[in-house]
Amino acid sequence: MAVKVRIPTPLQRLTGGQELVEGKPGTIIELVNDLESKFPGIGERLSEGGKIRRFVNIYVNEEDIRFLKAEQTEVKDGDEVSIVPAIAGGVF
Amino acid sequence: MTHIFISKEHLDDIISHSREVYPKEACGILAGKGNTVERVYRMKNIDDSTVTYSFDSGEQFKVMKEIEKDGLRMVAIYHSHTSSPAFPSQTDISRAFYPGTDYENYPDTAYVIVSLAYEEPEINAFLIKKGAIEKIKILSS
Repeated sequence: MAVKVRIPTPLQRLTGGQELVEGKPGTIIELVNDLESKFPGIGERLSEGGKIRRFVNIYVNEEDIRFLKAEQTEVKDGDEVSIVPAIAGGVF
Repeated sequence: MTHIFISKEHLDDIISHSREVYPKEACGILAGKGNTVERVYRMKNIDDSTVTYSFDSGEQFKVMKEIEKDGLRMVAIYHSHTSSPAFPSQTDISRAFYPGTDYENYPDTAYVIVSLAYEEPEINAFLIKKGAIEKIKILSS
């Protein structure tokens, strides 16, 4: 068992086209580092200075990590982590 | 994608939503099959603003899951402009790409913009691609 991670379309070019990859349990930031070791370049697309980038939503199962413990949210075997680009826009 | 199909009923729904939240920006998802819209999801604009919109992340996830579960896809994302033309703004363009890259967030999804800046509502659809904004036709029954 591992953590299942859903990769959004724009980042699938870094995972060889895979939509579903596996990661190690731990905190979200540890998971980002683990993904970086497997898919170089993905780390900086997800986080900057230890923080998840703006306009990138990360969910553990159904919950946005911003409403959990953010980057320190723990994920365990069997959890599903989804990375989803935020939808936003406007005149300014 | 050179055009999308949106029924008159769905177009009216999008325009009504935009009018109801005016002068704030309205936003939502048009779900369907292929290029045909079958459902309008009115979404909350958490910016509650006259000049920007952001989906509520929890609601976005729930709706995207429902669309997938029902065998549909996100045909378009819509929002309103209250005092400017129905054309993507610089922010609309920036947010269409994954942060820090020129990779489209939702490559097979169009952007529908409603403008309430004039006497009659104006509604247009676009593909926002790297280096180009392409206006596509809205076909209606």
